[in-house]
Amino acid sequence: MPQVAPDRLAEVFVEVADTLVADFDVIEFLQMITRRTRELVAVTAVGLLLDDGRGRLQVMAASNEETRLLELFQLQHNEGPCLDAFTSGTAIINADLALAARRWPTFAPRATAVGFRSVHALPLRLRATVIGALNLFGGQTGVLDAADVRIVQALADVATIGLLQEQAIRHREVLTEQLQHALNSRVVIEQAKGALARVHDVTVDESFELLRSYARNHNRKLVELARLVVTSPESVPDLVPHLMD
Amino acid sequence: MSGRLAALCSAASDVLAAAGTSVSLMTDTGVLGVAASSDPVADSLGALQFTLGEGPCIDAYSSQRPVLVTDLSGEASQRWPGFAPAAAALGLGAVFVFPLQVGAARLGALTVLRRTPGGLSGTSAGLALAVADVAVEILLDGQGTVDTGQESGGLDDVLGGQYLVYQAQGMTMVDLQVPLVEALARLRAFAFAQERPLDDVARDIVEGRLRLDPQML
Repeated sequence: MPQVAPDRLAEVFVEVADTLVADFDVIEFLQMITRRTRELVAVTAVGLLLDDGRGRLQVMAASNEETRLLELFQLQHNEGPCLDAFTSGTAIINADLALAARRWPTFAPRATAVGFRSVHALPLRLRATVIGALNLFGGQTGVLDAADVRIVQALADVATIGLLQEQAIRHREVLTEQLQHALNSRVVIEQAKGALARVHDVTVDESFELLRSYARNHNRKLVELARLVVTSPESVPDLVPHLMD
Repeated sequence: MSGRLAALCSAASDVLAAAGTSVSLMTDTGVLGVAASSDPVADSLGALQFTLGEGPCIDAYSSQRPVLVTDLSGEASQRWPGFAPAAAALGLGAVFVFPLQVGAARLGALTVLRRTPGGLSGTSAGLALAVADVAVEILLDGQGTVDTGQESGGLDDVLGGQYLVYQAQGMTMVDLQVPLVEALARLRAFAFAQERPLDDVARDIVEGRLRLDPQML
């Protein structure tokens, strides 16, 4: 595992710090974390899941927003390393998928079928409360060394702080408010993906790229834009032409 | 619909050890009214917010996040100078409001009242969220052109957390050329009429095998 250049790591933390300002877009932030995690420790895919408050883990962001990967992250609400990390509060590192069929009888074969060899999951923790998990997939086994794990843990901690936007959340209630809002924001994005896919006659993966590049080119927040697409499409006519004729 | 909602409010009050529970209906232009409540106090506090144009329901709905007030005598009186004292005068110490929403489809709010100030435990919050999910389903069933007339299929139907269902909601909105809330209701009604789980129908829609049209419903 090649050493991560210190300046590369520093770049990432500067980027993170830049985004930790008022009014940031939580989904974009979490996606950035997953992409940076993937780059820094050279795994193939990274996903971030949150406890939805009703006892299930929901996908919030992924380094590759592809449907087949989302499925793989999502199916872990029943079984898998994310669920284990979430419930136990301890990390799962370098789990060999080929040897994991007994541990995760549904998840392991599916992950192997997609082409992954190793899987890792770190709990997202705020003091004693675990709010979700960060999930990594590798194309080979044994890819994360101790230094990598420290980096990933740091990124997981940053994700948690950014998500909650308040380093000293004293009250469980604020946590609930913040997480429910974030989870609902993700739903808005999925709804917009569907609507745009129909409007432009493309796949949901392609429609997500449309949404993301439009947001970037017009300096809009992803979730706000998604909300407009499904509630007042006439306000973004060049993204949603003739939606409601 | 209001019968089922009233029953839900009563059950919720029991399991949450609440002084009262209510479901309010809202739109962007304002609050429509209290759809159901477990008792007169919950009802009048719901109605009061519409009169005053302020209150935790309004905030929860417009911010799309729960508003959990553990102590009505605290900063709540600054936040809601009309509502907070009125609620306190009615003997209430805490109020927990959950928006009733599925992504950008917003319907209203669920209010849980308590007599004594205090936090909402993780378990209670989970229960309240589950109650909110059921309230959403009841409201969607009551929306539309198709009267399912029967018990909803369970929490997983609309809010199982399957991203496919949400994508299918967006697609159905475009296919039927209706607002998002109506698309949710129609999708749900279609799955019910077909006697298929919503996830299945959603998968067909997202994978291009199915497209709802008005004739189907």
